[in-house]
Parts: sequence; structure tokens; C-alpha cells
Amino acid sequence: MNALSSRIESTPLLKVDGLTKWYGHILGCRDVSFDMRAGEVLGIVGESGSGKTTLLNCVSGKLPPSAGSIQFETSRFGMSDIYAMSEPDRRRMQREDWGFVHQNPRDGLRMRVSGGANVAEPMMSLGGRHYGKMRQATIDWLERVEFDTGRIDDRPANFSGGMQQRIQVARNLIHGPKLVFMDEPTGGLDVSVQARLLDLLRELVRDLRLAVMIVTHDMAVARLMADRLMVMKSGQVVETGLTDQVLDDPQHPYTQILVSSVLQI
Amino acid sequence: MSEIHPPLIIVEGLAKTFVLHNADSAQIPVFKGLSLEVGPGECIVLAGASGVGKSSLMRSIYGNYLPTAGSVRVLHDGAYVDITTADPHQVLEVRRRTLGYVSQFLRVIPRISTLQLVMEPLLENGVAVEEARERAERLLSDLKLPQAHWDLPPATFSGGEQQRVNIARSFIREYPVMLLDEPTASLDAENRAIVVQLIRQALARGAAMIGIFHDEDVRDAVATTLFPVADFRVAA
Ligand SMILES: Nc1ncnc2c1ncn2[C@@H]1O[C@H](COP(=O)(O)OP(=O)(O)OP(=O)(O)O)[C@@H](O)[C@H]1O
Ligand SMILES: Nc1ncnc2c1ncn2[C@@H]1O[C@H](COP(=O)(O)OP(=O)(O)OP(=O)(O)O)[C@@H](O)[C@H]1O
Ligand SMILES: [Mg+2]
Ligand SMILES: [Mg+2]
Repeated sequence: MNALSSRIESTPLLKVDGLTKWYGHILGCRDVSFDMRAGEVLGIVGESGSGKTTLLNCVSGKLPPSAGSIQFETSRFGMSDIYAMSEPDRRRMQREDWGFVHQNPRDGLRMRVSGGANVAEPMMSLGGRHYGKMRQATIDWLERVEFDTGRIDDRPANFSGGMQQRIQVARNLIHGPKLVFMDEPTGGLDVSVQARLLDLLRELVRDLRLAVMIVTHDMAVARLMADRLMVMKSGQVVETGLTDQVLDDPQHPYTQILVSSVLQI
Repeated sequence: MSEIHPPLIIVEGLAKTFVLHNADSAQIPVFKGLSLEVGPGECIVLAGASGVGKSSLMRSIYGNYLPTAGSVRVLHDGAYVDITTADPHQVLEVRRRTLGYVSQFLRVIPRISTLQLVMEPLLENGVAVEEARERAERLLSDLKLPQAHWDLPPATFSGGEQQRVNIARSFIREYPVMLLDEPTASLDAENRAIVVQLIRQALARGAAMIGIFHDEDVRDAVATTLFPVADFRVAA
């Protein structure tokens, strides 16, 4: 990539159209449409129960929607409807092209194997065989997420929440994904730990030119991370735009409440 | 000068009214029918009492506020982009390469060192790390920020020190268009003079500027035109 080119590219990487999810009679999200480009960070904000996780899970291939389509620029097949792909193809695409950082590290880590093995596993599942190289890549990534490599052989259960989250981040970036989903990645952490992890995420996202779809209820996180925001209420997108414009001059009544209920951001 | 060169900013028929939906949909009309142009080497200084709408106008030009009517065209890569209707990617691109903004306060990013913060706009534009570091160090020295501060995040700095970091971060990029919202507010006379120098240098290389300066010395030293925002006030 040309060093002078924009961090955000002009071709769409992801196209979501008319996405709706019902849980029986309960609405998860309704008629959500948006595009994402390579290198773009899209923040999803809104109150508890507004459908953020539902949207993220549908888009990331974990939860089939009731209606609508999700197309992604896959490495293997080009632009494809992810739910029209065969299950094995979709799983492989998710492993190759995507990462998913959960709020609770326990949902994203294998607790019975070592921290190092958690980070190395994506390389092995994509066919990596050279032990020495994989170990080196693992150590490099642990250093990158500022994890004490002396504890590489410990199990995640023995790590603090912040350390577990660093392992989860490394595990989800080591294979060089194009798009990473994050659901409240700093949500369960102490404020000071949270700030450091956020800085780290921000740096990584910039350096790697990752596209990120990040769910957060924290407006400071949204401001720091996202280029663009979508505001959700009762399953629908009520406002979307440039992050600082949505936060500093919100147009929708709900966004005005959301922003004014935060003190200093 | 603007006869020979096309304006870098063209504001036409701009209006801004805030609607506070959660306060009985109270309307705060600020300005309407506002037009202005800024050419290379010009510095238009927004004048008027507190609350008249100077910052709101500037933020509307930057795409930070959404105007109620009118257009804001910025010359970017040889073509005009209307900031009020451009999609977010395009606005970010214009901000990255063409349109700089210095606010009164630095938005501190925790844990990132001062030097890194000042280098960042250059790195984002493909300047090599070594050159970026040299230029950042030179500018921070010019602004008399003690060298002991360079490796620290500015969170604990004094108001004036933070403001100088903020100024360095914007002036280092040599943007073709710059918006300055009271960049000298928390500076002493010596530092104000340094900032005046920076502004004059930028104008000399052909930058177009819109500024808000409460300090009359600064205003007199840099303004090419005074623009009274009150002329476009909406009768309440
Ligand atoms: N598996 C499910 N079965 C039934 N209803 C569900 C299920 N998952 C979510 N819902 C409902 O769908 C709506 C949206 O939930 P969702 O988890 O997407 O919200 P959210 O915005 O992520 O909230 P939070 O900020 O609390 O995580 C809620 O009313 C929720 O109760
Ligand atoms: N985000 C906002 N939401 C609602 N009202 C706003 C917002 N920003 C500004 N205003 C209102 O718009 C009017 C103009 O404010 P603005 O900050 O533009 O004035 P100013 O001329 O820059 O004043 P000062 O010299 O004090 O900085 C004021 O009545 C202000 O309360
Ligand atoms: Mg959720
Ligand atoms: Mg102001």
C-alpha cells in the first residue's frame, strides 16, 4: 500500500442490507443497512437492549438474521453473501479474514490450554506447521500486546482480566484479519486497565489498518476509537455520521439524551 | 490575491439553529444567510461578543457541527468538496490532508507521548519517522516547550503547555486551510508572539485561515479582514 494513501480505502469491504432479527416475538434489530470500508472503524452505540450485540452477531456470521443480507469481500471468493456460503466455507472465511474480541475473555479464549497456545492456535488451524516460527510469532504478538512473555505457559484462568483481554486481542490479530468485531472489549475491566488497553487497541488498529466494528455503551471509547458512529435505539439505527459530529451536535432526541448523560467526553 | 487564485473556502447561505429535543424542542437560532470566502494568504478573523456564534461557524466549516442550511466548500485536491453533504470518509480525508483545526483545548489521548502526538499528523501522511521526529522536535523547541516534557503524555501539563502541544500538532502539517479557535487563549505574551510568527509563516506560504482571537494584539498582527458574525444573527 502506498504510504500516502488514505487509511480508509474507497471500496466497500462489507455491505449490510435490510438486516432484521426477531427472537420469536422479541425484536433484536430491524432494517439495518450500512457499508464498511477497509481500514474504517465503525462504532455502534446505544442503551442496553437496543440491539447492538444482536447486530454484531448477525453481521459476524454467528446468528442467522430473519431478513436481509450481509456481503463481505472474502479473500477466497471475492464479494459474497456470507449466509449463502456453505458452512465449512463460512467457517474457514471467519478464521482467515475475521477476528472477534468478546467482552468476556472466557467466551473468546480456551481456558484449558496455555496463554501461548491460545495465541498460536489460529496459525495452526490455518495450516501453520513450523513450530519454531509459530512460537516466535506468538512471542512477537505477546510483546506487541504488552503481555509478560515469562507467563506464556500459564493458563488464562491464572491471569487478570486485563491480561486475559490482551491474550484475546493477540489471538484475534495474529493471523492478519481484514475485519475485527469487538463487543465491549474493555467493558469488564477496571478504569485504569481499560485506558491502557484502549490505547493499545487504537495503536494496533491504526498500524495494521484494520477495519473494526466495535460495540460500546461508553461514549469516550466511541470517540477514541471510531471514525463513524451508528446510534441504536429499540433495534433501529436512529442516527449515523462522523463520530465527532454525532457526539458534539447530535440531531436525534435519543442521541441528545445519550450524549448529555455523559459528563466530560 | 483571491482574484488570481480561487478561494480555498467558500461558505454560502449558511444557517445554524440548534434544536434541543429534550427541552421542549427549544430552538437556539445562531446565524443564517452567512456567506464568506477565504483565499490563499488571507486570514479572516471572526469578531463578535461571546455567544454570537463564532465557534459554531468554525465547527460547521470543519464538519463538527451540522449546519441547518447552506454549503461549505473546501478546495481539496483541486476540486471543491461540500463538507455539509460529503460522506464521513470524505470529510476525514479532507481533514487529514487539507483542513486543520486548532481548538482551545487539547483532547488528550492517554499514554501517548507529546512527541508522538506531534509526529502523528506527519506519519499519517506518509512522512518518514526520522523526518517527522526532527520536525516535531524543532517545532516544540520553537514553542519553548521544555525538552523534559517531550516524552511525557500532556495530561499533566499546564494549560499553556497543553495549548502549545495542540498548536504544534496542527501547525506541523502545514495544512492549506486552517481554522484557529482561540489558539492563544492560555498563552503568555512571549508565547503569543511565537504563535503569531507561526501564523504569519503559514499565511506567507499561501494557507487560508479563519481565526478567533480574543487578544487584540494577535488579531491586529494577523487579520487581513474582520468578519462580524453578528451581522448574520437571527432575530430571536
Ligand atoms: N437469545 C435471545 N433470545 C431472546 N431475546 C433476545 C436474545 N438475545 C437478545 N434478545 C433481546 O433482543 C434485544 C436486543 O438485545 P441485544 O443483546 O442485542 O442488546 P444490546 O444492545 O447488546 O444490549 P447490552 O448493551 O445490554 O449488551 C433485547 O430486548 C434482548 O432481550
Ligand atoms: N453543541 C451545541 N448544542 C447546543 N447549543 C450550542 C452548541 N454549541 C453552541 N451552542 C449555542 O450556540 C450559541 C453560539 O455559541 P458559540 O460557542 O458559537 O459562541 P461564540 O461566539 O464562539 O462564543 P465565545 O466567544 O464565548 O466562545 C450559544 O447560544 C451556544 O449556547
Ligand atoms: Mg450487548
Ligand atoms: Mg467560541
